[in-house]
Amino acid sequence: MAENGIGARSLRKEDARFLRGTGNYVDDINRPGQAYAAFVRSPHAHARINGTDTSKAAAASGVVGVFTGDDLAADGVGGLICGWMVTDKNGENMKAPPHPALAQGKVNYVGDHVAVVIADSLAEARDAAELVEVDYEVLPANVDTDKADAEGTPRIHDDIPDNMSYDWELGDAAAVDEAVRNAAHVTTLEIVNNRLIPNAIEPRAAIGEYDPASDGFTLYTTSQNPHVARLVLSAFCAIAPEHKLRVVAPDVGGGFGSKIFIYAEETVCAWASRKVRRPVKWTADRSESFMSDAHGRDHVTRAELALDADGGFTALRVVTKASMGAYLSTFASCVPTYLYGTLLAGQYTTPAIYCNVKALFTNTAPVDAYRGAGRPEATYLLERLVEVAARETGRDPAELRRKNFIPPDAFPYTTPVVLAYDSGSYEAVLDKACGIADYKGFAGRKEEARQRGRLRGIGFSSYIEACGIAPSAAVGSLGAGVGLWEGAQVRFNPTGSVTVFTGSHAHGQGHETTFAQVVADKLGVDFDNIEVVHGDTDKGPFGMGTYGSRSIAVGGSAIVSACDKLIEKGRKIAAHTLEASESDIEYDGGAFSVAGTDRSMSMGEVAFAAYVPHNYPEGLEPGFEESAFYDPVNFTFPAGTQVCEVEIDPDTGEVEIVKFSAVDDVGTVINPTIVEGQVHGGVTQGIGQAVLENGVYDGDTGQLVSGSYNDYTMPRADDVPAYDVEMYETPCPHNPLGVKGCGEVGAIAAPPAVINAITDALGTENIDMPATPERVWQALARA
Amino acid sequence: MYDFTYHRASGVADAIGKVNAAAEGLFLAGGHTLLPTLKLRLARPSDLIDLQDIGDLRGISVSGDGVTVKAMTTHATVAGSKEARAAIPALANLAGGIGDPHVRARGTIGGSISNNDPAADYPAAVVGLGATVKTDKREIAGDDFFTGMFETALDDGELVTEVSFPRADRAAYYKFKNPASRFAIVGVFVARTGGGVRVAVTGAGPCVFRVGEMEEALAADFSSDAIKDIQIPEDGLNSDIHAQADYRAHLVNVCARRAVDAC
Repeated sequence: MAENGIGARSLRKEDARFLRGTGNYVDDINRPGQAYAAFVRSPHAHARINGTDTSKAAAASGVVGVFTGDDLAADGVGGLICGWMVTDKNGENMKAPPHPALAQGKVNYVGDHVAVVIADSLAEARDAAELVEVDYEVLPANVDTDKADAEGTPRIHDDIPDNMSYDWELGDAAAVDEAVRNAAHVTTLEIVNNRLIPNAIEPRAAIGEYDPASDGFTLYTTSQNPHVARLVLSAFCAIAPEHKLRVVAPDVGGGFGSKIFIYAEETVCAWASRKVRRPVKWTADRSESFMSDAHGRDHVTRAELALDADGGFTALRVVTKASMGAYLSTFASCVPTYLYGTLLAGQYTTPAIYCNVKALFTNTAPVDAYRGAGRPEATYLLERLVEVAARETGRDPAELRRKNFIPPDAFPYTTPVVLAYDSGSYEAVLDKACGIADYKGFAGRKEEARQRGRLRGIGFSSYIEACGIAPSAAVGSLGAGVGLWEGAQVRFNPTGSVTVFTGSHAHGQGHETTFAQVVADKLGVDFDNIEVVHGDTDKGPFGMGTYGSRSIAVGGSAIVSACDKLIEKGRKIAAHTLEASESDIEYDGGAFSVAGTDRSMSMGEVAFAAYVPHNYPEGLEPGFEESAFYDPVNFTFPAGTQVCEVEIDPDTGEVEIVKFSAVDDVGTVINPTIVEGQVHGGVTQGIGQAVLENGVYDGDTGQLVSGSYNDYTMPRADDVPAYDVEMYETPCPHNPLGVKGCGEVGAIAAPPAVINAITDALGTENIDMPATPERVWQALARA
Repeated sequence: MYDFTYHRASGVADAIGKVNAAAEGLFLAGGHTLLPTLKLRLARPSDLIDLQDIGDLRGISVSGDGVTVKAMTTHATVAGSKEARAAIPALANLAGGIGDPHVRARGTIGGSISNNDPAADYPAAVVGLGATVKTDKREIAGDDFFTGMFETALDDGELVTEVSFPRADRAAYYKFKNPASRFAIVGVFVARTGGGVRVAVTGAGPCVFRVGEMEEALAADFSSDAIKDIQIPEDGLNSDIHAQADYRAHLVNVCARRAVDAC
């Protein structure tokens, strides 16, 4: 292993600035003449707007502009879009309601955008925002996902009956019916996947800046995918042509999916900067973040798992209602469909699977991808079903999984729900997990806990993800409006240092380190002489950004492709300089040598020769930089087994996570410390979903009840144990690094492991997430 | 926040004068409730009278009778006071468990009891120990001080100056925390003093209250077993997304028993 190469525990390059407070976040940026935006937001979940009077606000101190939806419409600014067309089971396109950046006649959730006030100072903007008079006609609210399509439920969008965007299906319903009829046992569960509210440490922020000299715009924004933001703001919102719009996403403090999407606020800031001829800045406060960031999950599911007499899974039927919130957010439609139904085979050979999903509108914040996006929902219901099936049929839960795993010699394995798994070592991973979790010793620990008056339980989660999103042709055939390749550019500077431009975007992942390790390994350049640049559409090639655990698998592969091109060009230069045939030049670890001789040339010397081509191959371009675009041939399939142990205080219902063990197969590991950190963070979010976090709207008023940290329970350090995390590396066979991605592992895997452990301790079939002390106490009272 | 006029009071009389002169003046003690309320634009005082310069309002004195904590003494100071801890360990422990280190470094006993948040800890100690609240113009028995949700016996412009807690033979506070805010969903302060046994409950209802049935049972037999079957009615208790009234009623019993066991 090269020092700081692939596999090294290199210290993160970015931490020096982050830990010293010298990062550069959007709110750190201040532009000359900057004004401040405050948004007038709906206090109602559902209301018609019969009139808006902005005159008092416009006359208030420091105000430079007050705008409503009519002003945007007058300028031809388009609404926000959903970029993935889902076709329903009848072949009809999903119903996507208009989603104006500022309301036009109606508001559909608490926090919906009504108007914007721009003023010299933030305080003046906020003061004036309170002077905007909106005549609301309050309508009854619909916030219950399970009842959103019921008769009598208020309709949110006038032309969308039953509040339904689409009624989608996947799989063979008849085969499933047949298998269920013939099953020796059918396990049935009704499962709620609770709504989560993302809480990146940095709230969303934007600065729009119009430059009259160039007639161009710069938008500084908290984005996971600045190029995609530029594309959407240009092509659909009509802010400016793409070549006149620069989007900069500098240091971004966490995203978890919530900063993929193109939001109203950044759209308005960009547009308004030309209206008021000043840069316009907006930074969400935490209350705004709770209300208006896209939320995650929110499914209600009825599912059945059929087993034969030997415990083999014969069929799975899943019927889900998925809340979309009030509008379709940027990628909302693909989350409960192609990132969900397709994962329902899990690690198992279940031959018949059918999944039906109704995507429903409710008077709540839009729901879109949140760490895991669809895959946590699939994993949760499947791993809950498997655990309950084991208990109902008197089987050991590990053994039942082992019996149904896809065996290692079955790859590539095509599931009944479209995907072609490329590789996996499920049984070996489970065995390793049972080892580090000391599964054999559990009975003793349970007894010891019982003597202390505590209820101890254990739960498994053997999960799979589809990551490395995604092969463009495949997703295009499923309705994606974009390709999901990635771009990279690797530039040697004349003095031998390297600048790497990537279309991936880091918002906590440590790409500046991981990608530098890849380049150091490939090109033999000192790690400290490599700079990774991202987050600016004016720098480097177009890129699709970071989500779906795609950065190393897709973005990293693009970087490898660019490095390979440099090596091939370098070979030509070395052959010429060393007066040898190109076919005799061998490349290894940053040096080109003539086979069988001691004549060689370093990468740095080659780069210098390319920039100072005094003695240079005829016909070869000078310069030493290469671009590459990488489109994966398949998804990657990270998988693993996580094991949770809990103890419950039967007096109070408090759950303590006492032990958490994980064996994760994310393919080749570039930086073990970073990967472990990703797993730790993901598991913590998974534990958060399982026992702490819950996005709650009042059933009558549609008010967001969990709108602050007083009521929305973020996981804290003392809520989680020290984790035992180990890796099991089965390299991905179809990308050059053998990587699969690790960012979503824990958030996908952990919730069912935790709930399986809690229900094991309680001796109950089910408990809804989050398993709060009160819910656990209620379950104990029922038992 | 909205604009207001900010004052720093040099003494108690100055503070009272300034608050009475203001259209809608408020005292600012530690600010850990008031400042977030202002930032959220949920309050609009005309004037804030900051008490932090008033040295006379800071400090702890311990006597044979008990512990007197002046109003502007922070929770961290009470928690860290060896003398207070030696005299009434339960009081120091309670103070050390309020909020988080930031809150304890700024929050004060006077601010806490004057605000009377239903989930605050200090009211349980004031009532549980039968403390006496002293203001700029009178003394108020702990039992009479807390009158309802965010309501106290204080008149407009009246300022708490100190709280005197009697020593207890045995005392402990046990809190079941809200998992999100870490405020008390239920907190129970149990004490046996010369004046008898007191059981004071915070968090469960709109305002701190005593559980007479438990006090009688404990007076006869100071053990957790003595109260294990005493369930308080859920009527009138708080309900929210974290805990409904029936769960709170149950937790009162659990917390009371644990407090007794910790005495």
